[in-house]
Amino acid sequence: MRTVAELEGFFEGPQPDVAPVNLADEYLRAGEEILENWLIAHDREPTQDKKEGFRILALQRQGSKGDPSFNACRETARELVYHYNLITLNPEHKETEQRLKMAEMVAKHLILFVGGKLQVAGLGEFCCSSKSLRLDNDELKKTIGAEHA
Amino acid sequence: MTTLFDKEDRKKKYKKVAYYPGCALEGTAQSYDKSTRAVGKALGLELVDVKNWNCCGAMEVKNIDPEIQTYLSSRVMSNAVNENKQDVVMAPCNGCYHNLKKAEYDISNKEKSKQVVEKISAKAGHKAYQEGEIETIHALDWIKFGFGEEELKEKIKGGLKGLKVANYYGCMYTRPRHIFPEKDQGGDSESTSKPHYMDDLLAIAGAENVEFPLKTACCGGAHTLSDSDMSTKLVLNILEAAEAAGAEVIATECPTCHSGLEMHQIRALKRLSKNTNVKVIYFTQLLGMAMGLSPRKVGLHANVSDSMKFVKQKGIA
Repeated sequence: MRTVAELEGFFEGPQPDVAPVNLADEYLRAGEEILENWLIAHDREPTQDKKEGFRILALQRQGSKGDPSFNACRETARELVYHYNLITLNPEHKETEQRLKMAEMVAKHLILFVGGKLQVAGLGEFCCSSKSLRLDNDELKKTIGAEHA
Repeated sequence: MTTLFDKEDRKKKYKKVAYYPGCALEGTAQSYDKSTRAVGKALGLELVDVKNWNCCGAMEVKNIDPEIQTYLSSRVMSNAVNENKQDVVMAPCNGCYHNLKKAEYDISNKEKSKQVVEKISAKAGHKAYQEGEIETIHALDWIKFGFGEEELKEKIKGGLKGLKVANYYGCMYTRPRHIFPEKDQGGDSESTSKPHYMDDLLAIAGAENVEFPLKTACCGGAHTLSDSDMSTKLVLNILEAAEAAGAEVIATECPTCHSGLEMHQIRALKRLSKNTNVKVIYFTQLLGMAMGLSPRKVGLHANVSDSMKFVKQKGIA
C-alpha cells in the first residue's frame, strides 16, 4: 500500500503509458489504497469484502462507520467505479481517452479529500466532520444547563 | 411533506416564500443575493425577508455544540412562521439550507434537541419552533417549482447560446441523505447522488451541460483555515476537471463553494503556477442574463473574478 504522499505524487506526474484497462485499474487501486490509509489511521483492518462487486465501495462504507462525514466521498468513490466500468467494458470506445482523464481526476480528488481529512483530524475535527469539542466547558453548561451539555 | 404529485400545489405554495439570505449573502455572496432577488422579481415570485433573522449556526457553532446550532436554525424557522406568517422558507445558501433541514430532522427525531430548543426559546422569549411548521427549500426548488420549467422557457430571451456549463452543487446540498426525505423519490424529485435541478434550469436557459463527475465533491471549504494548500489543490482539481470536461463556466449554487472556487483559482496561479480559465458564475446570474437582465442587474461585477468581458464575448449580455 502506498502512503498518502506517494499517492498524491502519483497524480502529480505524467500518467503511465499503459493500456486503458490497466490505467483504469490503477486509478481504482489508488482509490482503494487511500481508503486503506484512512482505515489503518483509525486502527481498523481494511476489509477485503466487496460491495456491488467493488472493494472500493466496501472500504468507503467501512470508513464511514462512526464518522458519517466520511460519506462526503461516497459519490466520488461511486464515480470512480462508474468510470472504471465505462472504460473496461468498452475500451475501444471513442471517448475512452476522455473517460480516463475524468477517472484520473476523480481518483485524484478522492486522494486529496481523504488526505486532507487525515490532516485535519490531526488538528481537531472541523466543519463537515464537526464534533462537539467543548461540551465539558463550564461556561457552556451555565449557558444551556448542565443537563444539555 | 411534499410528494411527487403536487406540482400545482407547490407552484401556489412557492409563489410567496419567506427568504432567509443568511450571512454569506449579505457579505461575500452579495451577487448571489442580488441575482436571486432579481430573478425572482422577473419571474413574479415574491420574497419576504425573515424578520430579525440570525446566523444558522453555520459550521462554527455546530463544531462547539450541535444542539445550539439546532436552536439557532429553529429560531429562523420560528420567526418565518410566527413573525412572517409563512409556511415555506427559502435559503439559497447550501450551509443555511442544510442546517435548517438538519434542525427540522433533529427536532422531529431527537428528544434532546426538542428540549434544548424549547428551553432556549423560552429563555429568549419567543415561540419554540414545532416540527413540520414550515417547509425549507433551496433557491433551485423555488425557481423550478415556484415558477415552473415550461413557463421558464417563455421567459428566456437571449438565452445562454450553447454555453458549456459544469454544474457544481458541492457537498451540503444533498448530504446527509436522511435530512432530505423528499429527495431520491423518483419522478421530479432531486437525486442525492447525481443532482440535476441546476442542470435542468440552465438547459432550459440554453446552456449545454457537460458531463461533470465532481458535481458533489468537496470544494475544500473545510480546510480553508487549517490547511489552505489542501483547499487550493481540491479546488484546482475541480477547475481542471471542469475544463477537461469541456466547460467554459462552472455554475454554482452555494456561496462557500463559489467564493472558494474563485479565491483558490487565484491562489492556484500564485502558489502553484497553475492557471485555469473556466469562469465561476452563480446559476441565478446565468439564469438572469438568459432572461435578458443586465450583468450589473445580477451583480456580475461583484464577483471576485471578472466575467464581464467573457459574457459579452459569448453574446450573453
